[in-house]
Amino acid sequence: MREIDTGQIVQAVKEMCLEANYDLGPDMMRAFGQALEREESPIGQEVLRQLIENANIARQERVPMCQDCGVTMVFAEIGQDVHIAGGYFLDAINEGVRQGYQDGYLRKSILNDPIHRVNTKDNTPAVIHLEMATGDRLKLIVAPKGGGAENMIQMRMLKPSDGVEGIKRLVLETVAKAGPNPCPPIILGVGIGGTFEKAALISKKALFRKIGTPHPDPDIAALEKDLLEAVNALGIGPLGFGGRVTALAVHAEVFACHLVSLPVAVSINCHAHRHQERIL
Amino acid sequence: MGEVKRISTPLRTEEIVSLRSGDRVLISGWVYTARDAAHKRMDDLLRQRKELPFDIKGQVIYYVGPSPAKPGRVIGSAGPTTASRMDAYAPALIAKGLKGMIGKGARSAQVIRAMVEHKAVYFGAVGGAAALLSRCIKEAEMVAYEDLGPEAIRRLRLEDFPAIVVNDVQGNDLYAEGVRVYRQEIGSR
Repeated sequence: MREIDTGQIVQAVKEMCLEANYDLGPDMMRAFGQALEREESPIGQEVLRQLIENANIARQERVPMCQDCGVTMVFAEIGQDVHIAGGYFLDAINEGVRQGYQDGYLRKSILNDPIHRVNTKDNTPAVIHLEMATGDRLKLIVAPKGGGAENMIQMRMLKPSDGVEGIKRLVLETVAKAGPNPCPPIILGVGIGGTFEKAALISKKALFRKIGTPHPDPDIAALEKDLLEAVNALGIGPLGFGGRVTALAVHAEVFACHLVSLPVAVSINCHAHRHQERIL
Repeated sequence: MGEVKRISTPLRTEEIVSLRSGDRVLISGWVYTARDAAHKRMDDLLRQRKELPFDIKGQVIYYVGPSPAKPGRVIGSAGPTTASRMDAYAPALIAKGLKGMIGKGARSAQVIRAMVEHKAVYFGAVGGAAALLSRCIKEAEMVAYEDLGPEAIRRLRLEDFPAIVVNDVQGNDLYAEGVRVYRQEIGSR
């Protein structure tokens, strides 16, 4: 049994909120650089140059790279030998978000409920997904998720007879319909299988894989590659003004499913692909 | 792609009609900021035949909800928000004299028709280039609806704020034309 104090959790979440909003990180900077080399549209190239400069300014001046500092998504993997002490785990996460968004001059974009729509003024509650793991570590991923790309996400319960072609059609339909709204170049997470909400969850987690890492199963990796090529052939381009680079990566995840079902969720993140990970 | 045109607000009609979709511009001068909630309030005022909280003739609205300003700074990060959420309200404002809008994403057919009829233009700024764009904002003043926080109506003084003409007075649409050039059928590659 290993004890982790909630004070540590508050501090870690707070710091990750700041880092995620200020520092896009070397993986995305590399992806931007590669995109700039591949892009043929002059407007697309100019957009990418502005995005690269923007990321550098945000990192250097420690200001948010995008004014939409997002809903704070938190994925936690709790080792079954961890004991959280000092308070309630979920409260500690929210306190970390509260402090990070206040002290970091981040925008508070959360409404208390979707009908009454009153701003909570501290960007809480975070949207938290918990998983159990073996061992005695606590892994936290903090991912500020902007509203624009989130609004373009689609999910459908396909028929098994729709097959892989049906999955591809849904992905292309989702990206084409979204057009400029999710601020391309986008990252796509495709969740296939499970139940309705499982497909959605694995599609969301898939976004935050190290960018461009293929799925370990060669068939799924081949599907990811096909989807990336097909999405980029749509011609939407950086910020939707037309171009060769619409998506930087497609990550697919699969899960066991019912023999009559083929659930497919297509999650999207914008180019402000913000996420930080820590292991406590 | 052509050179970059410097334009300033309030926009003059001869300037507006000369702009074409795809033109790169640097915008200087005062613009107003408003989003969903403020637009709803302005729409209610127009329906009640009341005065808007500012004189809209010749003006430009920038669809933005900035992050809080750090001490000593004019404004926080301030990139454009998705313009289509304001589509329901834009035609009435354009009819009242609004001459330009800055945002991101495509506008509806009704908004494009209103721009052609009343001679107004829609500019796209780079979504997410919020730290970069905030450097082009030199002054910020509250105008109305302070209770809306980030959704209040403010005036911002821009200096060489980079944008691209998306919709011009001829009804052209950069989102449609740009994609058409680069779209490929997978089989043909």
